[in-house]
Amino acid sequence: MPASGLINVLRRIGAVTTGVIGRLGFAARFFVAVLVHSPTAFFRPQLTIREIYSAGVLSLVVIMVSGLFVGMVLGLQGYDTLNRYGSGDSLGVFVGLSLVRELGPVVAGLLFASRAGSAITAEIGLMKTTEQLAAMEMMAVDPLARIVAPRFWGGVVSMPMLAALFSVMGVFGAYVVGVRLIGVDSGTFWGNMRAGIDFWPDVTNGIIKSIVFGIAVSFIAVFEGYDAQPTAAGVSAATTRTVVIGSLAILALDFVLTVFMFRGTA
Amino acid sequence: MTIVANQSDALPTAAVPNAVELAGVTFGYDRGRPVLKGIDLEIPRGKVVAIMGGSGCGKTTILRLIGAQLRQQAGSVLVDGQSVGDLDRAGLFALRRRIGMLFQFGALFTDMSVFENVAFQMREHTDLDDEMIRDLVLLKLHAVGLRGTSALMPAELSGGMARRVALARAIALDPMLILYDEPFAGLDPISLGIVGQLIRKLNDALGITSVVVTHDVYESLKIVDYMYFVSEGQIIARGTPDEVRDSDDPFVRQFVDGAPDGPVPFHYPAPAYADELSLHAR
Repeated sequence: MPASGLINVLRRIGAVTTGVIGRLGFAARFFVAVLVHSPTAFFRPQLTIREIYSAGVLSLVVIMVSGLFVGMVLGLQGYDTLNRYGSGDSLGVFVGLSLVRELGPVVAGLLFASRAGSAITAEIGLMKTTEQLAAMEMMAVDPLARIVAPRFWGGVVSMPMLAALFSVMGVFGAYVVGVRLIGVDSGTFWGNMRAGIDFWPDVTNGIIKSIVFGIAVSFIAVFEGYDAQPTAAGVSAATTRTVVIGSLAILALDFVLTVFMFRGTA
Repeated sequence: MTIVANQSDALPTAAVPNAVELAGVTFGYDRGRPVLKGIDLEIPRGKVVAIMGGSGCGKTTILRLIGAQLRQQAGSVLVDGQSVGDLDRAGLFALRRRIGMLFQFGALFTDMSVFENVAFQMREHTDLDDEMIRDLVLLKLHAVGLRGTSALMPAELSGGMARRVALARAIALDPMLILYDEPFAGLDPISLGIVGQLIRKLNDALGITSVVVTHDVYESLKIVDYMYFVSEGQIIARGTPDEVRDSDDPFVRQFVDGAPDGPVPFHYPAPAYADELSLHAR
């Protein structure tokens, strides 16, 4: 490779690196700014409740239907595998632990990033594109307090409830398949589940995971929307980034959290 | 010749304190390429003043500097005697409560009805009760002739109607200054005339000051008191509408007559055409 080509490659790597570091720095400052402007979201709860409706209530259908089908598949696959080792009666605890510890927070988080996160990014990005955020600034109203903070906290509050509902529907789906269709004893199904799942650490750790995922996805969504290029292509790219980065963040955080939460019980 | 180029003593109301003053303002989005190069202009209180120029000449940047959406790199921007570049956020927001702005396409909040758009600032900045807000909103909408649209959503409005609703929102708190960013862009002739007359009438009825950034020379000549012409980041001409009509300044003439070529060239700078096509003998 000629010297000028090598210099160009190094220059490009440097530009990308400084760009990424700069954006991370901006994201960190933006996170602090969102926290500083959060009192508005609490002192004017109607703003946050509206966002809980948008991010949470409107995500109910996809979360509940997905939870039901995941639970049904888990019931079928789980029973088949467990039965090979003569443990078909453990279906209840298997399904319960899988959903409460992992699948509930993770799959609900991924669905939340796709359904609610992308909507938040697109909405804020379009408000920027159509100068609604600038208009708000010119009316002496801070968009961080009026638009961003309520959406962030609406997402943070919604996520654990959606994860819990996902798990409930999953357990119900596994019950329908395992007990009603396959014929696992109902008392054994519920009894093993109650005996095998502890509120601490299983349920609480699942709740902690869903809260962390809610913070991560909601922040990524509002940040990408606020930082979007004010064009159609820019908003489209920002929406895509929310889903991709949000999903990867959930999977990475899940691994880190799992290492810390369950290392003593492994 | 009545047009005065690059002089600051030509305002017809020089004795009236200015609502806005720019002195030696320089600004560039990219430090190496200034968009504005030492702009000096004064907007007298109570007047409608147009800032005109072709696309990309820097006139919207001037508006953004007045509203402190941008900060100048040199010079000073005074609004109502306050240097906006030196204000902290609280001071800036206090000033902005006395400034209304009409954005190019209205910038109405799309998730709120027309009524809520106009009521927005009243709810955010005052303790008025719902009944008082209702009366005030209907008053403002009536002033722009759209009281009947209060229940509609912005998506149900035509472009001209959206601009008028945005105007009602801009005067919601009775500002001392209204900034108009391309208020005539994309409007049909009837809507254009309505918006133009509203700018003039609201300015006179409310005793406010209006800054209109536009490239619509004919509509501006009908309603403004004074005009500035901007080209390549500099004020290159100024005058009253009568002075502009009678001007023989080449740039003003090209602008007023809509001539495709002149001081503002038709062709973007490029190498010689023959060279680009390799037509010379080798």
